[in-house]
Amino acid sequence: MTRLHVQIAAAAAVLGLAVAPLVLSPFSITLMNYIGIYSLVAIGLALLTGVGGIVSFGQAAFVGVAAYATAWVSALNGHSPWLGLLFGVALTCGVATVLGLVTLRLQGHFLSLSTVAWGLAIGFLFGNVDGLGRFNGISSIPPISFGSLALVSSAQIYFLIWGIVAGVLFLGYNLLDSRLGRAMRALRGGNTLVESLGINAFSIKLATFVIAAFLASLSGWLYAHMSRFISPGPFDAGMGIEYLMMSMVGGAGSLLGGVVGAAIVTLLKNSVQDYLPLIAKGASGQLEIVAFSALFILFLQWARQGIVPFLARYLPKLKRERPAPAPPLPRRSQPKPGELLLKVDGAERRFGGLVAVNNVSFEVRAGEILAVIGPNGAGKSTMFNCLTGALRVNKGEIVFAGRPITRDAQSRIAKAGIARTFQHVKLRPRMSLLENVMLGTYGRTGAGLFAGAFRLNRREEASARHEALLQLERVGLGEKPFELAGNLPLGNQRILEIARALAADPTLLVLDEPAAGLRRQEKLRLAELLRSLRADHLTILIVEHDMEFVMSLVDRIVVLDFGSKLCEGAPAAIRNDARVQEAYLGGVA
Amino acid sequence: MTSDIAAILAIDGIATGAIYALVAIGTVLIFTVTRVVFIPFGDIAAFTALTLAALDAKRFPGTGALVVVLACLATVIEVGSLARSGELRLAPRALLFYLVLPLAVVGCAWLATRMDPPLAVRLMLALMLITPISPLLDRIVFRPIADGTVLLLLTVSVALHFALVGLGLLFFGPEGVRTEPLTSLSMEFAGVLISGQTMLIVIAALVFSGLLYLFFDFTLVGKSLRATAVNRTGSRLMGIRPARAGTIAYLLGSLMAGVSGILIAPVNTVFYDSGFLIGLKAFVGAIVGGMTSYPGAAIGAVGVGILESFASFESSALKDVIVFSLLIPILIWRSLASLHSEEEIEE
Repeated sequence: MTRLHVQIAAAAAVLGLAVAPLVLSPFSITLMNYIGIYSLVAIGLALLTGVGGIVSFGQAAFVGVAAYATAWVSALNGHSPWLGLLFGVALTCGVATVLGLVTLRLQGHFLSLSTVAWGLAIGFLFGNVDGLGRFNGISSIPPISFGSLALVSSAQIYFLIWGIVAGVLFLGYNLLDSRLGRAMRALRGGNTLVESLGINAFSIKLATFVIAAFLASLSGWLYAHMSRFISPGPFDAGMGIEYLMMSMVGGAGSLLGGVVGAAIVTLLKNSVQDYLPLIAKGASGQLEIVAFSALFILFLQWARQGIVPFLARYLPKLKRERPAPAPPLPRRSQPKPGELLLKVDGAERRFGGLVAVNNVSFEVRAGEILAVIGPNGAGKSTMFNCLTGALRVNKGEIVFAGRPITRDAQSRIAKAGIARTFQHVKLRPRMSLLENVMLGTYGRTGAGLFAGAFRLNRREEASARHEALLQLERVGLGEKPFELAGNLPLGNQRILEIARALAADPTLLVLDEPAAGLRRQEKLRLAELLRSLRADHLTILIVEHDMEFVMSLVDRIVVLDFGSKLCEGAPAAIRNDARVQEAYLGGVA
Repeated sequence: MTSDIAAILAIDGIATGAIYALVAIGTVLIFTVTRVVFIPFGDIAAFTALTLAALDAKRFPGTGALVVVLACLATVIEVGSLARSGELRLAPRALLFYLVLPLAVVGCAWLATRMDPPLAVRLMLALMLITPISPLLDRIVFRPIADGTVLLLLTVSVALHFALVGLGLLFFGPEGVRTEPLTSLSMEFAGVLISGQTMLIVIAALVFSGLLYLFFDFTLVGKSLRATAVNRTGSRLMGIRPARAGTIAYLLGSLMAGVSGILIAPVNTVFYDSGFLIGLKAFVGAIVGGMTSYPGAAIGAVGVGILESFASFESSALKDVIVFSLLIPILIWRSLASLHSEEEIEE
């Protein structure tokens, strides 16, 4: 399957949707309209939950904010629905921004619980605010009109709804395949990696959150002007769950899954309403929600990944062409060999009463490989975390390329030119090798939200893609750039991390125990790669405890023991140092 | 607001809060042992009140039918999974626990509706009918996904709540109930009249929290539950079965929720869907305690009760808006206060 096939399939789908009103019954068209309206929310949730890993139970509240806003503007104050759209979108995005600023720093289930909280609070508001019709709702909302054409019948508004859905899908897929979209996709799985790439995880989360709210507001606007009447019911907590269900059934993480999920849930609900009375007379209303919840629970128990990803496995694989050569991305000015690059001066880090790093000072000069070694518990990892900004030193100073970075956040340190790898490999297993490495180019590229969604970023993307391929080739993984990163063996995953770090064009590469868990052959390959990088004048700092690996590779060694610097020097000198032998071997007889 | 009104509101709030506290403690118990945020706890409390009202009116409560359905489902699932793992010899035991025991309880309740048992027996019956529900739900709904993420379990739990609300309407109907007060005593304290029911609520909350404390600190089963809460894998290596610990936690938790339901029924009219707000407010309290601390949860729940009481005096329409808006700052405070392991959501 090639890109052309996908485009043909998309065109056929659009055509099918366009002619559908000619063949469908009015009732089916109404049903389609609801599916379209729900799809918008579900697509937003697919982005938020599936892609960004933020589970929100509160999207119905956003739909409600926009619906009530446009109803207030158009029905109660007599202005145009288009003004209602502007007001609804602005209000919803404003509310989402405030909520996001407040809650998106929450971790894991705390964040989801907060969505339950504000979802409920906003939901209660609709029925209890004077001037919004309380529980009677707002009626006689005018239809949307284009000039003199008012979209009154369901066959008329159908085109507007599905036009918007198609547009949103198109822009959404563009966005996911852009610089910002990759950053969104990297959110799932923890902030540490994201920050280490120079990406401000919080602002990406906020952007994702507001985009999802924006889609919900479009849905609310369409809903209000289609049904011409609103009441608090369709925006309550139950509906919030239903939206979540739609996106999960369709396949969280898949935008198309949002549409499929909305269709399945809506049709299922419709047929449950049709058939339940046959099974249990007089109790259908109650059983509907029971049957529905039970189906959802069964679904979560048996098919968590959702329908679209499940079906996608049976489609022929998309054939992708190797990235073509493109103009290179801008490079940093590299320091001259021998110049002072990193200076750690009197660093101290305490955890309560434990001094993990005690008054450690050392320097890294451009073009060398420096190893920080020490037995277990020597403070190597703490030192490493202080260097990369994952921890702050309590005392002392760290200067990188003439600039103090002691107090900087991880993402700023990354932007300054320190790229790192992780002791426990952190990759995005469901992204391809190429995309994982492209994550590294984030700091060197600049395309924003709109450039990504409207494909104004093509030149930059081509350059980034080509750069990623070059780095893959440089480390020897250039053969299958579209392989999923999760399919690599551990040794190659570590190498892939190095390629990702290289794609950031760093002036200093810091590696956290790169040899840990590797087999001998893999270690040899890794050492070979690091030597070739040194030959390219890259400066490397390794934290490691594998002596053999370090001795044959590095120029200088700093030895830590019990948090303090024991000594520093060339490998041969370190090997013969009595203090080092004692620290490692527990005293020489 | 005069000091008199403030005192009345405070007492009212403490009583409501004590009810939330019972549910909150159960929520914390289940969360720590099984990692499930068991939203349907409030429903269990509401169902207890409805069950008691049905027994009072000499009707067979809908809970009975619910227990029968759940018991049959759980038995089928349990025997099925035993058959798959080739351990059918354990089937009689499974039948006893999942089918015979719950059905025996339902049988007792059915007999009771024929006779005219005293209040104490009706209370016992209501509690006995309600306690099997959560352990059975655990077997049917949560055990198959016990290894899932907290978020998955939470999502399922919310869906389960909606199923239970639907079943509640089916079994109990839309009418609200209010049971007879358990005591008609009242006393005056510093010029404020305190009803016996209020005192009973607070005393019950204290007694049950105390009993739970004793259970955790002085019995082996209690200690095994605590061990499971701290480290599932570790306690499994010590021969504690997490599934069994989960069942005990659900039983105990349901008992707490049941007691709170009995206590709330004479004070507030309880409907089939009243449980959601009870459960959520208890949950707000549990979050104040970081979902791990029992005293913290109890204090938080009482705080929610007092807040609600004053909020409803200021604006009864917006009291729930106020309570839930307040959850967000609490969540932020808890999130900052707790340590997180990175990689909470690995792909």
